[in-house]
Amino acid sequence: MKEVVVVGAGPAGMAAADAAAKAGCRVLLIDSAARLGGQYHRQDSLLDKEKFTPHRNVERLTETTVTALEPVGPGHRLHLRTGPADGPQRTARYVDTAALVLATGAHDRALPFPGWDLPGVYTAGAAQALAKGQRVAVGKRVLLAGTGPFLLPVAASLLDVGARIAGVLEANGAVAGWLRTPSAVFAGRRKTAELAGYLRTLAAHRVPYRARSTVLAAHGRDRVEAVTTARLDHGWRVRRGTERRVEVDAVCAGFGFVPQLELAVSAGCVLADGFVAVNTAQATSVPGVFAAGELTGVGGADLAAAEGTVAGLAAACSLGAPVDVPRRALRRVRAGRVFAEGLGRAYPVRAGWRTWPDDETLVCRCEEVTCRELRESVERRDVLGVRSLKLVSRAGLGMCQGRICGRNVAELAGVPSDGFARRPLAAPIRLGELSDVESPWEGKA
Amino acid sequence: MNVEVDGHPVDARPGQTVAGLLLALGRTSWRSTRNGGKPRGVFCGIGVCFDCLVVVNGVPDVRACQRLLAEGDAVRTQHGAELPS
Repeated sequence: MKEVVVVGAGPAGMAAADAAAKAGCRVLLIDSAARLGGQYHRQDSLLDKEKFTPHRNVERLTETTVTALEPVGPGHRLHLRTGPADGPQRTARYVDTAALVLATGAHDRALPFPGWDLPGVYTAGAAQALAKGQRVAVGKRVLLAGTGPFLLPVAASLLDVGARIAGVLEANGAVAGWLRTPSAVFAGRRKTAELAGYLRTLAAHRVPYRARSTVLAAHGRDRVEAVTTARLDHGWRVRRGTERRVEVDAVCAGFGFVPQLELAVSAGCVLADGFVAVNTAQATSVPGVFAAGELTGVGGADLAAAEGTVAGLAAACSLGAPVDVPRRALRRVRAGRVFAEGLGRAYPVRAGWRTWPDDETLVCRCEEVTCRELRESVERRDVLGVRSLKLVSRAGLGMCQGRICGRNVAELAGVPSDGFARRPLAAPIRLGELSDVESPWEGKA
Repeated sequence: MNVEVDGHPVDARPGQTVAGLLLALGRTSWRSTRNGGKPRGVFCGIGVCFDCLVVVNGVPDVRACQRLLAEGDAVRTQHGAELPS
């Protein structure tokens, strides 16, 4: 049988694995978590039951990190470490494939503001993951801030685990208004119904929802005790005099999403506007490499799953498996992209955020580089791109490999941010693990 | 499951991550930064930011949000940059 390798077991990766398996291919489905589902379908980790049963042709390889990708023969080699997260004795293996589907998803974009490094400041995705996966609320009284409809399900999840919500602050226009625009409603009927449901939940709990507002600062000694909120103009500059202090023990911020591009970049895939460029078959510019889900643009789980189906079939087809044209999935992809484009237009990150941090605000949390230090190093030296920017400022050189600060630092310094996704080691590993002898992956089948 | 947090015995549930347990215990930070000595805990919650690092069974730099607890695990606060013991 032919083997398709899928990296990432969220909505896109699971759909890709399923489609390729049904087309008769053997599939290896790799994910760093112990359970399938990714972020959207995150399972309650405390329940003793795996919710998803993959097709019999799919072999799961969970708790597995892809540490690097390189070209080999007619395809690609993935270097794998399997075992307890960040443990020193993980199993070292590699797998070669001529049909690779990348579905590595995205993470929240966080913007720096004074106090954002205090414990008690979380990304919206953190609050969501801890509520859904661990049944724990990040605070007793929580404020959410950011942009885009994703804040709504996070608020609903927090209510579900017993937190009180001090407010949901949307830096752009209100989601409710956007939901009334005909094109958005038509293209994303299921999504708009889901969002309307969250709005009803917030209303039932009397959660204040404010448009054109955000969190300007978090206060506290060793943890968040209060935040300052303020109203914003259309370009996200602060309307002076609108600042208010709100007592909370946690704040969650989410300003859209950053795709996890490193494997696609290692493979040499062409990017467009910060995402992996794909054709209608979800094929990237590199033969044998397909991409699906948030890697190709942020559009939510339905679009990701439809793209996954197309990518899985295209990967199977590239190995010679007979497949039918997935008309339904292709239609869902087209509709989903209309919805996603509307979303992107309504909820961009606007340039005014660059006025929120003060001189002493950290821009790079790992290396503890302040805004002032970043500005001074850019003023003093020639910064031609991401590489020199990292070397002169240390921003982006830490353990997160520039995932959290990359976009922000690049925008503040005025250089393109794509270079931050160039990570020859796709995940930090211990020095000892670099010298591991890898054995080839041999499936159970 | 029986685990240990900073020397104290604690009851943990199968499927619980180190971060899930520490937050449930009311902790918000369990690491200090290398340069500023500032407290840190969970930030991204999905394994991306490497802020929630903790020492597990003598091994530093373990992401608390990603690590599932196992019977007998000894978890402790990480002070700046630590070497494996």
